[in-house]
Amino acid sequence: MDINPILLLAALMVASTPILLAAIGELVVERAGVLNLGVEGMMIVGAVCGYIAGHSSGDPYLGFLGAVFAGAAVSLVFAVLTQFLMTNQVATGLGLTLFGLGLSALIGMRAEGTPDLTVAKLALPILSDIPVLGAILFRHDLVVYLSILLVAGVWAFLTYTRAGLILRAVGENHEAAHALGYNVRLVRVLAILFGGGCAGLAGAYISLVRVPQWIDGITAGAGWIALAIVVFASWKPWRLIAGAYLFGGVTVLQLNLQAEGLKIPVEYLSMAPYLATIIVLVMIRAGRAPASLGKPFHPSS
Amino acid sequence: MTLLELQGLTKAYPGVIANSDVSFDIHKGQIHAVLGENGAGKSTLVKAIYGLVRPDQGKMLLEGVPFAPSDPRAARAAGVAMVFQHFSLFDAMSVAENIALGMENPPKPHALEAQIRKASEDYGLPLSPDRIVGDLSAGERQRVEIIRCLLQNPKLLIMDEPTSVLTPQEVDILFGTLRLLAANGTSILYISHKLEEIRNLCQHATVLRQGKVVGTFDPREMSNREMAEMMVGKDLNAPNRVPSPRGAPLLRVAGLSAPAPHQFGTALKHISFTLHAGEVLGIGGVAGNGQDELVAALSGEMRTDADMIALEGRGIGADGPNTRRALGLCAAPEERNGHAAAPDMSLVENAFMTAHTRLSLVERGFVDWPASRAFAQAVIARFDVRTPSPETAARALSGGNLQKFVIGREISQNPRVLIVNQPTWGVDASAAAAIRQALLDLASAGSAVLVISQDLEEVLEITDRFAALNEGKLSEAVPTAGLTMEKIGLMLGGAHDLEVAHAQA
Repeated sequence: MDINPILLLAALMVASTPILLAAIGELVVERAGVLNLGVEGMMIVGAVCGYIAGHSSGDPYLGFLGAVFAGAAVSLVFAVLTQFLMTNQVATGLGLTLFGLGLSALIGMRAEGTPDLTVAKLALPILSDIPVLGAILFRHDLVVYLSILLVAGVWAFLTYTRAGLILRAVGENHEAAHALGYNVRLVRVLAILFGGGCAGLAGAYISLVRVPQWIDGITAGAGWIALAIVVFASWKPWRLIAGAYLFGGVTVLQLNLQAEGLKIPVEYLSMAPYLATIIVLVMIRAGRAPASLGKPFHPSS
Repeated sequence: MTLLELQGLTKAYPGVIANSDVSFDIHKGQIHAVLGENGAGKSTLVKAIYGLVRPDQGKMLLEGVPFAPSDPRAARAAGVAMVFQHFSLFDAMSVAENIALGMENPPKPHALEAQIRKASEDYGLPLSPDRIVGDLSAGERQRVEIIRCLLQNPKLLIMDEPTSVLTPQEVDILFGTLRLLAANGTSILYISHKLEEIRNLCQHATVLRQGKVVGTFDPREMSNREMAEMMVGKDLNAPNRVPSPRGAPLLRVAGLSAPAPHQFGTALKHISFTLHAGEVLGIGGVAGNGQDELVAALSGEMRTDADMIALEGRGIGADGPNTRRALGLCAAPEERNGHAAAPDMSLVENAFMTAHTRLSLVERGFVDWPASRAFAQAVIARFDVRTPSPETAARALSGGNLQKFVIGREISQNPRVLIVNQPTWGVDASAAAAIRQALLDLASAGSAVLVISQDLEEVLEITDRFAALNEGKLSEAVPTAGLTMEKIGLMLGGAHDLEVAHAQA
């Protein structure tokens, strides 16, 4: 076999980026005490809107921006339903996924098969010249760097800022946060919008970079993996990277193995990343979830 | 020297007038009590002062300036702080983070920790800033709330039922702190229905009944009886006991040991006592010392060796609740919504669920609904449960009414032995009196009653003998007559707590 480990690891980072982006958004949502199971739906709407915005403007960055807004717009539906109309979060999240899959198919009807657009790689000066590591870590497009910066940013936000403390407080005990005078709904709506924006960006990364083209159902369960990884990471930002790279790593490896023509049926190889996720989730003991996660809050008392 | 002046505050909710034309003054450095039964409007009143509720009419003046806080932050900015009855704390966070969340402009973490340590020393409230709140005891959690308030140098500190979770020694520490604060010029608005405390601590008291002020007086010059009657609005009879001779031993618990059922539970360690016909035995203790586990072991929810628990000579430790009920042992656990009663089911269904064995409400696998309904109605009538109908869901009843129902349901099955945990927790004075009287009547009729309670006044009032539960161990039972609060406190292990507090300070 002649799989190049450097290329493999570099590809791993690209393959993991959409999951990492969606997961960091969902992590913030869940730390605020909201369980949004609609990640898959927001991602795929982001994927189709990002693809169309990118191609009609000719600028992939406008595509990414459009995807962020599209994801946030879809999440706003969820926010209004769950935070103001007090619908059940699980049912609404599942509904959002189904809605997103359908909506994206409708929006994308004429986008299928359009030629692709390239997103420039940005080799970081000096760093990218480091042997081995440079090629793996520092010759990627902007979004890959952004995903890691986002993880660091979310970590710093939750750990050091007052706004982050309030967000955690809302997720931990919304009654107490309300009694102390914090606006639980506002915090949650903002967190949901952030989660939606991240999911949208994640979707666009798939349709503009990873695949890159629009195909119906293109996200292929990545949103669900992102949800699983948030649990895997015990709601701690840095651990998301391990989870996302594990899944991305197995994905890239099995693709390479397929290309090598390994004598294992393709179906089993394609199954591998999902199996790996399930096995890891079963094996690790998940940490403590935010205490108010998924519970409805009504500011009446 | 008036700090806060309330003028004609009125607040109505659909169907209820919570506060009606409430007026009184709080002076600087005064400890002012607001007394009232559950539902008298105390909570609504303090929520209005703290900015959580906006009054429909009336106004407030703080130091002569109109004061209408739109939210708690505005109230805090004006110098009003509040310690809640149910703590508004975040279990997964540290003491320092919890305190920072209650402040408008918290200092940097390092400076904040220093401030916390200083305040905890100044006011004799030992507390370490980096501990996780979920690991703290109830008394320590309350200290977090109090220090959170004190760091903002409030002019007015509102305390909502602060002593309901404390040991007598912790109450003493708290009162010392409050007196010190008042001496330094802070006014304290003290909400409670415990009369003895109010007499001890406060110079002024305002009594609310059905939202209206029905009296303002100096509690040191009133008897408990007079205050209670003012609160309830009718004559209260102290529970009276028809003396009955102590009969044969009914329930014998010998060397009862059981591991903690879950991570935060308490293991039971070699508990032994005997319960005689016609007596009321009280078991006191601070929450979390094995009360729930003891009730579970006695009721049959948690199985033990058969010989550890014997009912009239028969080992029942390995039997389930229904077998025990059939033999004559009934139990009413503490949590009425979700444990003693299924909140979303009707009173008839709830009555059926514990009574079907003793009253044979099942016939060939079918529920005898007419008989179940008749039983529920009988309980409702006998125990004066206020409910629209027996078909009403349990959760729709007020705490006191549901409590009367779940206790009455067990008493009406004529048990030989009745186990109750916290029979009057969160229940207003008249309902509590009715429940206590019913327990005494059951004992007078020749049954044995075990009352597990954290309300020590209750224990003193209705029990014949008293034992203390501490970390899963039960003390020797002693006659209640002649016990003082202080002695009980020492039995509960409060003295141990006190030593620790001094060592840390």
